[in-house]
Amino acid sequence: MIYGLMAEFETPEDLVKAASAAYSFGYRRIEAFSPFPVEELAEAIGFHHDSVALITLIGGTTGGVLAFLMQWYANVIDYPINVAGHPYFSWPAFIPVTFELTVLGAALSAAFGMLALNRLPKPWHPVFNSMEFSRASRDRFFLCIKASDPLFNSPQIQQLLGGYQLLSLKEVKIEE
Amino acid sequence: MNSKLISSKLIRGEHSYGQVTDQIAGLVTDRSFNFRWFSAFIFSFLFLMILFGSVTYLLVRGVGIMGINIPVAWGFPIVNFVWWVGIGHAGTFISAILFLLHQEWRTSINRFAEAMTLFAVACAGLMPMIHLGRPWFFYWLLPYPDTMDLWPQFRSPLVWDVFAVSTYLTVSLIFWYIGMIPDLASLRDRSKQRWQQVIFGVMAMGWRGSARHWKRYQTAYLLLAGLATPLVISVHSVVSLDFTAAIVPGWHSTIFPPYFVAGAIFSGFAMVLTLGIPLRHFYKLQDYITLKHLENCAMLLLVTGLIVTYSYLIEDFMAWYGGDPFEKYVIINRAFGKYWPAYWILVACNVVTPQFLWFKKVRTCVPLLFLISIIINIGMWAERYVIVVTSLSRDFLPSAWHNYRGTFWDWAIFTGSIGLFLFLFLLFVRTLPLIAISELRELLHSQNRENEGKK
Repeated sequence: MIYGLMAEFETPEDLVKAASAAYSFGYRRIEAFSPFPVEELAEAIGFHHDSVALITLIGGTTGGVLAFLMQWYANVIDYPINVAGHPYFSWPAFIPVTFELTVLGAALSAAFGMLALNRLPKPWHPVFNSMEFSRASRDRFFLCIKASDPLFNSPQIQQLLGGYQLLSLKEVKIEE
Repeated sequence: MNSKLISSKLIRGEHSYGQVTDQIAGLVTDRSFNFRWFSAFIFSFLFLMILFGSVTYLLVRGVGIMGINIPVAWGFPIVNFVWWVGIGHAGTFISAILFLLHQEWRTSINRFAEAMTLFAVACAGLMPMIHLGRPWFFYWLLPYPDTMDLWPQFRSPLVWDVFAVSTYLTVSLIFWYIGMIPDLASLRDRSKQRWQQVIFGVMAMGWRGSARHWKRYQTAYLLLAGLATPLVISVHSVVSLDFTAAIVPGWHSTIFPPYFVAGAIFSGFAMVLTLGIPLRHFYKLQDYITLKHLENCAMLLLVTGLIVTYSYLIEDFMAWYGGDPFEKYVIINRAFGKYWPAYWILVACNVVTPQFLWFKKVRTCVPLLFLISIIINIGMWAERYVIVVTSLSRDFLPSAWHNYRGTFWDWAIFTGSIGLFLFLFLLFVRTLPLIAISELRELLHSQNRENEGKK
């Protein structure tokens, strides 16, 4: 079974051009790979918004609220102690721990949220079947048009990519 | 087809994406015997054994083997704690604050500086734990539903400190690891041996450099940098509150939080130089960790050194201006009392030594920088010794005065913790990429664009 068609480029600029051309031609099930983040690449394949920031906001807020409630419950409700005549609900003293746990909640959700949205860890993926692909973590740039794309069997696919400086153009199989 | 060579202001010589990847990854994937690394490793291992031995003896005999007693109940362990936490701060400063400020020169040094942070904070966390009377009950500091029906006292800075340091360690670890995932993928793909492929494959979590992944990754990285920035400021501020919340003369002062943070970054950059200079020498990384990087670190040393000096002066001024006889006595006692050597070491190392960094000749002379960095490390340890010991040993009631001295075991635990730090750092250097490779490639790319823009 074929996973998709993988084109290899030498420069990020070529990849961005080919990716936007493929996207404007109508391909939607496409993926681009690069050894470092390339600015316009995600936009070129039609990916504009990620929800990592939202997840981080939720995680941070949860951490902070839980921290404050925990301290209030512990030092006001469950085990009140009179310290130097301060009121039991001496909330300014609870701020440092609230701050720390806000940061902790936000950082954990930023990291794990990013991994979850990326569907990682996923040690094996069909693109690794391509021999050339090991250089995607070194110095090569790849564009993959997935076989599931409705336009995949279109004859123009070769013509479309042929206009760019390709280093290789190969089918990637799902089985070994 | 030849890969294009790109020159950059921040990297010496011309490099290509492939060549930088192979060079940095090669330091890890090449498993041939490295005599110099191995001897350093054995050396640090021996010091680690000193730590194990002395902590074991401590657990058997109790904290009485250390010099701590009433009134000086803090002594060496807290001096070491503050010293180690402070060292950690430069790593986060480089990786988070300089990232937010678009200081591209951080690229070559952030990875090993973050590793330094992690290991320094690990050493720091050990110290307050082992100086508890019963170290095996350290978990009483954490809020958990216990059978004794007790809670930590959340109004106490000591409890804040537990949260600050453990959050700092966790967030630093996450930040470091997330930053390393693309490089672990590079290592996976460069490894020749099966076992390396498996280990790095598992650690890289299947990273494949997809554009969608990169976008989320960059958002997460930026957010982590934004979160780590106030965190790093908060950690040493909270550490300083451990002191200022007490009314002990010499501690009860509002300048402590900023003064501690500046001191932390000061000592941290000294440690970055202490580690970075041998690294670039032995691993031939002069192209990536250039004189420009060292000079920038030296300038930060000078700036933070001046802030620290200012804080010393303000402490003295406030003692005089405030008119409190106990505060005045603390300042005079520091300079001319029983602990005068520690105080004058502090002045010589932290006030006088950084002044040489005004000169470009000194800032670009590598051996001299290395020497200065070691001197500052010593000076900052002396500073914490002065703060902890002079104030506690001479508080309000002369009948409670007591002189403090570190015992053999105090020194053994301190030198042992340096062994632990070096041991972990050497393991890191041999097993993980010590420069952020994907960021180097990105730097080359942006430089390439700039070069072509000029043409």
